[in-house]
Amino acid sequence: MSQSVVVQVGQCGNQVGCRFWDLALREHAAVNKKGIYDEALSSFFRNIDTRSGGDGPDIYKGKICSLKARALLIDMEEGVVNEILQGPLRDVFDSKQLITDVSGSGNNWAVGHKLYGYQYQENIVEKLRKTAEHCDCLQCFFIIHSMGGGTGSGLGTFVLNLLEDEFPEVYRFVTSVYPSGEDDVITSPYNSVLAMKELNEHADCVLPIENESLFDIVNKIHQMTNSGKLGSTVKQNSLVTSSAGSAKTVQEKPFDAMNNIVANLLLNLTSSARFEGSLNMDLNEISMNLVPFPRLHYLVSSLTPLYTLADVNVPSRRLDQMFSDAFSRDHQLIQADPKHSLYLACALLVRGNVQVSDLRRNIERLKPSLHFVSWNQEGWKTGLCSVPPVGHSHSLLALANNTCVKPTFIQLKDRFMKLYKKKAHLHHYLHIDGMEQSCFSEAISSLSDLIEEYNELDATKGGPRTDPSRLKIAV
Amino acid sequence: MSIVTVQLGQCGNQIGHEVFNAICSDVRGTHGLCSKKENESYHDACKERFFSEEESVVPVARAVLVDMEPKVISQTLSIAARSGYWKYDDRSHFCQKQGSGNNWANGYSVHGPRHKEVIMNLVQKEAEKCDRLGGFFTIMSMAGGTGSGLGAFVTQCLRDAFPTSFILNHVIWPYGTGEVIVQNYNSVLTLSHLYQSSDALLVHENDVIHKICAQLMNIKQISFRDVNQVIAHQLGSVFQPTYTAEGGLYYSRNPLGDLMETLVPHPEFKMLGLRNIPQMPENSLAYSTFSWPGLIKHLRQMLIANAKMEEGIDWQVRPPRLGSSIPSSHSTNKPLHFNTSIANLVILRGKDTHSVDLGSFRDPSLYTSWLNPQDAFNAWKTPRAFNKYEKSASLVSNSQFLLKPLDNVVGKAWNMFASKAYIHQYTKFGIEEEDFLDSFTALEQVISSYTIL
Repeated sequence: MSQSVVVQVGQCGNQVGCRFWDLALREHAAVNKKGIYDEALSSFFRNIDTRSGGDGPDIYKGKICSLKARALLIDMEEGVVNEILQGPLRDVFDSKQLITDVSGSGNNWAVGHKLYGYQYQENIVEKLRKTAEHCDCLQCFFIIHSMGGGTGSGLGTFVLNLLEDEFPEVYRFVTSVYPSGEDDVITSPYNSVLAMKELNEHADCVLPIENESLFDIVNKIHQMTNSGKLGSTVKQNSLVTSSAGSAKTVQEKPFDAMNNIVANLLLNLTSSARFEGSLNMDLNEISMNLVPFPRLHYLVSSLTPLYTLADVNVPSRRLDQMFSDAFSRDHQLIQADPKHSLYLACALLVRGNVQVSDLRRNIERLKPSLHFVSWNQEGWKTGLCSVPPVGHSHSLLALANNTCVKPTFIQLKDRFMKLYKKKAHLHHYLHIDGMEQSCFSEAISSLSDLIEEYNELDATKGGPRTDPSRLKIAV
Repeated sequence: MSIVTVQLGQCGNQIGHEVFNAICSDVRGTHGLCSKKENESYHDACKERFFSEEESVVPVARAVLVDMEPKVISQTLSIAARSGYWKYDDRSHFCQKQGSGNNWANGYSVHGPRHKEVIMNLVQKEAEKCDRLGGFFTIMSMAGGTGSGLGAFVTQCLRDAFPTSFILNHVIWPYGTGEVIVQNYNSVLTLSHLYQSSDALLVHENDVIHKICAQLMNIKQISFRDVNQVIAHQLGSVFQPTYTAEGGLYYSRNPLGDLMETLVPHPEFKMLGLRNIPQMPENSLAYSTFSWPGLIKHLRQMLIANAKMEEGIDWQVRPPRLGSSIPSSHSTNKPLHFNTSIANLVILRGKDTHSVDLGSFRDPSLYTSWLNPQDAFNAWKTPRAFNKYEKSASLVSNSQFLLKPLDNVVGKAWNMFASKAYIHQYTKFGIEEEDFLDSFTALEQVISSYTIL
């Protein structure tokens, strides 16, 4: 079994990360009844002997003593991390795995990347090495951050660079929260585009998330659960937005529900690597199958179902509905409609009581309404994990490498250009050591190239299909 | 003589486990429908073939389990042991932590060389346990990274280390509509490499077995376990002991060698297909009776019309009329759907096998003209019924059965290759475009050879 390390950077990254660890503990507690430290747990947690006070050696087998998250918490202001350390999860984090500062990055990518990056480089590398040493077989780094601010965006992508240099063989999966149009951070387009360049060049896979989509999903659930009779039969802990049953007992904050969705995304993504199933899908397989060309590594994700009803008997119709929903526009975690764009590849990871025939039936059913690129007409990667998420009998995570990400990138580019043309706020960036005008022009150029690659693929959509002629063998 | 089974990757290990289960449960069963003496001979022959007599309460399977991640092997070992009827040797497995990521290049070029010594040591140990080694049976899928890539490498190592032993690869063809996106690349690379080191490739297609589960076994929610059990039943029906000679006194002791001798006269033609009849849910067995003429008639038509199972056979297809002097390389006079054979093997198990008329299989018009019709067809029999079927017949065929599936896979892989999609994932581990081209060329050659039969 391999291990993964989570690096949560900035306010958003740490808040999402916090929800992730909470829900991960909840999930393992539901499965691991005997309290034995097993391989599944070891993928995200260390087991420490605390009898020797504080920092004992790792225990690899036997009963769970004290679980520590394989995580690195980075923030350039203290508020969020301090809150985590005072909350119910304080014992899950190793106090030596934190890097904080006081003044924050002022929503400035350059401050995060160039200033703090340079300042904390050694510290970060040392702590990363320490976490890696605790791993038997480190397979993947998960970075969680937002694109629009300063720390998550700037320092987060600096860490991404470091990971590539220090651990070139380990996969880098980045969960990036993109700013919405009405973002109150004026410079978020600059920060995002500068960060995009780093993601283009150094990430193995990026899972873009948009707050608007998370917000819509939360609302949908809210309406459902408040809609009288139907609402009352919903199992509370099954909501993809819920913290029910987790360590968090305080009144939920507004972003908690949205962050839980992202946390669930990561849990589902790694479920087949942690738990058994009849067709396993590991993280390296996700990267292998969903990234046909190195730079096209942006994966649109969707989670279904959003909730389960207490009704235990699930007729196959409802199962099929789960598959249909995964492709609908309102279940995607970014503002996109994969059905009307072009698929390069698609992965379906099913959890729980679902068999291969259900999977095949639904793929056959949905295929005709989807557009796949000509050279990957049967571009499906499937996984079956036996263990369902908490509160569900089955669930589905769909990951799509689809040109429907293009609009998000185009909007980002447009907002960037609006500011850049007028040189608005540029001086805040340029006066940072190491920042030059070329950083901006290179970044926007990188984004434009990416958009162009998607355009070229879109141009092939629906066109005449001419298969290349086969090799001729002399008889 | 004993067969050492090498189970590779998730698929190989899951199927391997079902195979030993099926064999063990057949041998233990009291539905042999034959004399006690017969049953004992069968039991002994089977034991020698697949299980070793160690100081153990239950028989120990002659198998080596290999996977690049631990979950499947640990499950397989524990489920087998829990059955109480057989188990694996606790030391006869090798696994790593990270898996192969569905990457053939990773399996072949990285994991292969890295772990060659350890794996071959395990194989050597199993081989040494055999009084006489009858050969190797490897089980793998083509779609993933370990079974396919590492499997191809291990097969090569087996060939190098045991140059005179028989090697039979059991290869699982993935579902046509994707289990793995790069499955066609992995398949092309696997098949082309196996062709060089293996003696024969025995193929099972997931799509076909799935249909059997749905239509013949009436299973509503088909799981991989169901699929694997059907495959295990079909394999068991081939590899359980039989008499290979008419009036033979002893169960044949060299199943792999006999198989190769009857079915693979030429190294260019190694693709073997398998059909088994009848196939039905266990609880219907008691209510069904079959006649040998009926079974043989269906099996023959399945061969000629390339039907995958006993339902939906196209009875219109007929063998070409003999006597036309046009040599078989100009196949214009053959009806398009007709499946030409190089060699066939029919295995009959159960009641009254001695009286079955197999003349229809000896019809020369079924075969190419290279082999004497007498040599092109063979029959193995045993009065001992298999797995509760009063009568069962299997067909192992070296024919055009797999031509279309092979052509499809190569076509799709070529299509993807033309766009260079995913190639960077392979070059990362040392498989270059040139290697792909070599593989494509090799398989186009095989396709061409089978087409002009």
